[in-house]
Amino acid sequence: MVKSMTPSPAAGQETVPTRASDKPNVQRPGEDCLPVMKMRPTIKYEADRVRGFGREIMAVPGCEQLQSCIQCGTCSGVCPLSIYMDHTPRQVMALTRADFKNEVLRSRTIWLCASCYACTVECPQKIRITDIMYELKQRAILEGIYPKRFPIPILAYDFSEMVKKNGRITEMILVIKLFLKTSWLAALGNWRLGIDLMRTGRFSLKTERIRQHGDIARMMDAIDGKKGS
Amino acid sequence: MKYSYFPGCSLKGLGRAYEESLLPVMEHLGVELQELDDWNCCGATAYMAVDEVKACVLAARNLALAEKSGLNQVMAPCAACYLVLNKAKHYFHDFPAMKATMDRALDAVGLHYSGDTPVRHPLDILLNDIGIEAIKQKVEKPLKGLKVATYYGCQIVRPYATFDDPYNPTTMDRLMEALGATVVHYPLKTKCCGGSLTGTLPDAGLRLVYILLCEAKKRGADCIATVCPLCQFNLDGYHAQLESKYGDVMLPTVYFTQLMGLAFGLPEKRLGLNRAAVPFKWRPSDAAPAPAPVTA
Ligand code: SF4
Ligand code: SF4
Ligand code: SF4
Ligand code: SF4
Repeated sequence: MVKSMTPSPAAGQETVPTRASDKPNVQRPGEDCLPVMKMRPTIKYEADRVRGFGREIMAVPGCEQLQSCIQCGTCSGVCPLSIYMDHTPRQVMALTRADFKNEVLRSRTIWLCASCYACTVECPQKIRITDIMYELKQRAILEGIYPKRFPIPILAYDFSEMVKKNGRITEMILVIKLFLKTSWLAALGNWRLGIDLMRTGRFSLKTERIRQHGDIARMMDAIDGKKGS
Repeated sequence: MKYSYFPGCSLKGLGRAYEESLLPVMEHLGVELQELDDWNCCGATAYMAVDEVKACVLAARNLALAEKSGLNQVMAPCAACYLVLNKAKHYFHDFPAMKATMDRALDAVGLHYSGDTPVRHPLDILLNDIGIEAIKQKVEKPLKGLKVATYYGCQIVRPYATFDDPYNPTTMDRLMEALGATVVHYPLKTKCCGGSLTGTLPDAGLRLVYILLCEAKKRGADCIATVCPLCQFNLDGYHAQLESKYGDVMLPTVYFTQLMGLAFGLPEKRLGLNRAAVPFKWRPSDAAPAPAPVTA
């Protein structure tokens, strides 16, 4: 509340002297890169829609039921991460169905979704919300819409590349790559974890690979062959 | 009883203590496990975010290999693998287009999947195939006095749970009671631990972990028992960060199979108990002596 009522100094208005206690909480977790006072409309207009987006999503196997969302909000209520989201799961469902492609693909929500399926088992309309979130993540990655150095798409991408190549994952290599690509600071913050892993014999860099690792590439090609046509 | 065994990458990596304890426990119960030959990563959640079709095809290769092995049931101990293998199976049956793609991809590598192979979690096998009575008979050092918070996490009960209730699962509770432990009331037993968010968006992820640990502690648990390598990693590995952020919530997190091993009196060295960052020090004899074994 404080956030929206405090006049923005950038707008040339007088700065209201704030009590010390007003300050710290303005920034919400994960928001450190956004200018706090930036004005953003909360209501969307017709013109913001990308026609056909909702239909495209609903055409994906498992996502058809979105059509029947009654906006009850159950999904937002049970979601353990909704307090960190910019749009709640219910809003994402509505925005997706109504073709607000940019709002959805740029939202933090799709990356925060931990795929816990709590919403999916509770939805009275049997909408597979988790699968829709997956589909939206895929779209965002495909279109390259995510902040630079944002760890989740990077992890997802590295993960898939490693599987394609070796057929299996070597977790430590994946983790180290992630830190290198995102931030050294995060790596430093986790030094204790690294030490614990070494101490308990879980720090292994030996690449895991299946014998028929060519099979994986062949299967992926077989899928792409169809997709391209 | 013989099953095909799909370990998944975690059980060979960060979660190796799970495999280390699972194998001797199953052997002790007379269950034969045959590791799926040349299995590949199941595709799991991160791949799902890149390409769902490909993730399902990856899973399908494992299912096809399982069929080829002639053992018609796969045991998947990692919650994420369990979910993805089941999901691929559901997609195979529910969506003809998906089935066609899977068929074509498998065909390219000379494999075939018919869509049968049940994918089962060790908890399911323990409770429904082996049975609580048979397990009770193997208990040599009851876990008397040990208070356990049973943590199921999300993915073995949602959305494809076939063997337990998605809202209030009880299989692990019953198992722990059979081992002589006391199960504390733990309402967060199926609340998500955040998965990989602990690493990718720690502000959000660590808070979920903190809530889980804090609640278990409040309920008086001596340890949390888990069924998933990622849950174990999350609940066990981040105590340093948690402490500086929220205060001390130190509590050991063990695999349910490690507790089974202890109760069966298996040699501790074989249970991977030294793999956890927070050591689990409680031992059956520490609290209450086991009923004196009848020896000559
Ligand atoms: S719970 Fe289902 S019906 Fe209700 S708002 Fe969410 S998606 Fe829509
Ligand atoms: S699956 Fe995603 S959106 Fe649904 S409740 Fe879990 S975190 Fe929230
Ligand atoms: S889900 Fe995780 S543990 Fe299971 S195979 Fe895939 S990467 Fe490995
Ligand atoms: S509880 Fe955590 S680690 Fe376990 S399945 Fe859920 S998100 Fe994954």
